[in-house]
Amino acid sequence: MAENKKVIVKVKRQQTPGEKPHWEEFDLAWRPYMNVIIALRDIAERPVTRDGKTTTPITYDSNCLEEICGSCAMVINGRARMACSALIDQLDQPIRIEPMTKFPVVRDLAVDRSVMFENLKRVKAWIPIDGTYDMGEGPKIAPEIQEKAYPLSKCITCGICLEVCPQVNHNSDFVGAAIVSQVRLFNMHPTGAMHARERLEAVSGKGGVQDCGNAQNCVHACPKSIPLTESLAQVNREAIRNSLVGWLFG
Amino acid sequence: MNQPKIIVVGGGLAGLMATIRVAEAGVPVDLFSIVPVKRSHSVCAQGGINAAKNTKGEGDSTGQHFDDTVYGGDFLANQAPVKRMCEAAPGIIDLLDRMGVMFNRTPEGNLDYRRFGGTLFHRTAFAGATTGQQLLYALDEQVRRYEAEGKVKKYEGWTFLSAVLDDSGVSRGICAMDLKTMEVKTFPADATIFCTGGNGAIFYRSTNSVVCTGMAQSALFQQGVDYANGEFIQVHPTAIPGEDKLRLMSESARGEGGRVWVPKSATDARAPNSIPANERFYFLEEWYPKYGNLVPRDVATRAIHKVVFELKLGISGQQAVYLDVTHIPRDVLDRKLEGILEIYEKFLGVDPHVEPMKVFPAMHYTMGGIWVDTENQATNVPGIYAAGECEYQYHGANRLGANSLVSCIYGGMIAGPAAVKYGRSLEKGASSVPSSVFEREQKRQQGINESLVNQQGDENPITIWKEMGEWMTEHVTVTRKNEGIARTDAKLQELLERYKKMNLSDRTKWSNQTLSFARELYNMLILARVITLGALARNESRGAHYKPDFPERNDAEWLKTTRAKWVNGQINLTYDPVDTSLIPPRTRKY
Repeated sequence: MAENKKVIVKVKRQQTPGEKPHWEEFDLAWRPYMNVIIALRDIAERPVTRDGKTTTPITYDSNCLEEICGSCAMVINGRARMACSALIDQLDQPIRIEPMTKFPVVRDLAVDRSVMFENLKRVKAWIPIDGTYDMGEGPKIAPEIQEKAYPLSKCITCGICLEVCPQVNHNSDFVGAAIVSQVRLFNMHPTGAMHARERLEAVSGKGGVQDCGNAQNCVHACPKSIPLTESLAQVNREAIRNSLVGWLFG
Repeated sequence: MNQPKIIVVGGGLAGLMATIRVAEAGVPVDLFSIVPVKRSHSVCAQGGINAAKNTKGEGDSTGQHFDDTVYGGDFLANQAPVKRMCEAAPGIIDLLDRMGVMFNRTPEGNLDYRRFGGTLFHRTAFAGATTGQQLLYALDEQVRRYEAEGKVKKYEGWTFLSAVLDDSGVSRGICAMDLKTMEVKTFPADATIFCTGGNGAIFYRSTNSVVCTGMAQSALFQQGVDYANGEFIQVHPTAIPGEDKLRLMSESARGEGGRVWVPKSATDARAPNSIPANERFYFLEEWYPKYGNLVPRDVATRAIHKVVFELKLGISGQQAVYLDVTHIPRDVLDRKLEGILEIYEKFLGVDPHVEPMKVFPAMHYTMGGIWVDTENQATNVPGIYAAGECEYQYHGANRLGANSLVSCIYGGMIAGPAAVKYGRSLEKGASSVPSSVFEREQKRQQGINESLVNQQGDENPITIWKEMGEWMTEHVTVTRKNEGIARTDAKLQELLERYKKMNLSDRTKWSNQTLSFARELYNMLILARVITLGALARNESRGAHYKPDFPERNDAEWLKTTRAKWVNGQINLTYDPVDTSLIPPRTRKY
């Protein structure tokens, strides 16, 4: 009977940031529509390992469970992806679940991605409006531009593009594809474009777009299919042009 | 004049808008959120945001929007604030447009509008089918800008535990817990604005996000903040089945022409595409020729329940009906609905471009919430304000699609300046309050944590949660019978007893999600009782609240707001009259 099927899950765990990680293995009952989140929830309901040892529920980040909040990114069977859309039936067992490696581990599968939000500040990823009082409509935008910009604005800041990028490591400050793509987005907007130089400068130099090694892992791993390599190439060109202009006329 | 300090709890659309307005007034603001604010539940809103801009020459107006909203809400909402919201809506769209929201455009470069439920006008601006995400990001970016300027301080990864009330019952700040270090700390503030969203988790499976537990609302209720119309819970007609969550399939699918149907014969086992049109039952179009697939959500949900449970016409005997967009050209689907169709394909492995989707109703939205006054989003406790889904005021007995985003942003716009004004009017600010007031609240909350961690027993929090959710979903959602509702309340009281025998299975002091969930669970159980008792008492049918034993709306006895109060540890239901001065109540019939 399909209902008696088992699901074997191995989770890489550590209780505190400094602790050496270890693996725990769990035996779960299969159910229809089961995803990695349900597996983690089942463990929380009965935190006992495969060899009968009582343990603690697993700490992990999650919220929307429909791949739009960006919380539950983790490494599942060696691949960085969102846990909510990782369906058990599509995964080889035992299913290996690990935290992402490019961010500090908080506990178990939860990692600290605040560096991404800090970098959004660094590149001024916003439209500098004058105020929230009523000033009428915004600028007209051609449907063609909207259709290019909208996919970029779907970035969920999950961090997967950083996780898979060889240029993001302990020896580099590379901001990563997500942040560079936001620079492109805001520079495309008619009001945002007025401050394009500031953003290009912020993403030039150490840790900036020039650190991209063109491995193209990001664009393949992005759960939202954002054209990240296009963004990297374009922002790189614009940043170079901007620094040349600055050098010639600045 | 007191230079106030404001706290905002919750960083969805309402919280971010309130934060922006407070920062814009030059007043420092601390923003608390369980998750990084960019991951708040507003991100899940799909279809769009309503504003009567009348860009399609249909003769739409803010007055018409107001009428549709009040009528859609079955006349339970106080009318003056609803009117002001509808009048503000076009300006809100302009503001979002200026903030850079990538709304879909017409060939002229203007914003495009689509149709939504409960209206005959194209009134809904949209950014693909991820409008909530796009709006949340726009406000998140503005708040980040203020944060970079030092005007906003964010406390992300903190959960609200309680308000700090002084001896005269005035709110002087909050007590919160750092979800990483588990530290319990108090923060003084002259005014606090709560924007803590809905309470879908009370029903275990819903369209809501994990953080939508209603914890803050319930904690405040237990400190004397009144809670209104709790019994009004919106069940969305079209969601995808799931074990952890019932993922929303936006009303915009129908707004763009999607059709709901089942095979006419219960025994028809053919694949949907091989069932000819004349053997399909388009029940919404047949029963509601004027609005068709775009009747309001409570109406569509009851129709689906009737088809599945009474007529026994669910697809292959399952609890499911078809939502069909296969006849819509692919380029239209890609431009306008891509986000939601992608969700369906990812989670069910079926391509909705070529095969009709299987959907079923799911708990979706909390019309009721924290009681607030009609002018300032102020609660009955001085210093506490509320905006967004966590308060009750704009949607009456049923919310119209695409009205939630506008009500969240509008509520935040009102609450921010109102809190600032109140803070400035205080003779003595929170900083003059004796530290003992803060210390006693901190001790009380630490004590609750300690007893939870130390208590012994064999109950598990997830099990209690699931049981609560099953009972609430079965008896206190679409069809409500007094006998079942009463048994549900008895069950909730039993669960509250079993809660005391809960074994936390994690007693550590670092990033202990079991402890924070246990805190949420208690508050969910209390709020579940508020919902249940409100439903039990209201012997009529109005909007989303439907009792087959009392099938009609009864204005003579029940045109009134339920206002639950916490008195000596008990839930007391009181009732307030409803302001119907602008649109006289009429029969609601689509």
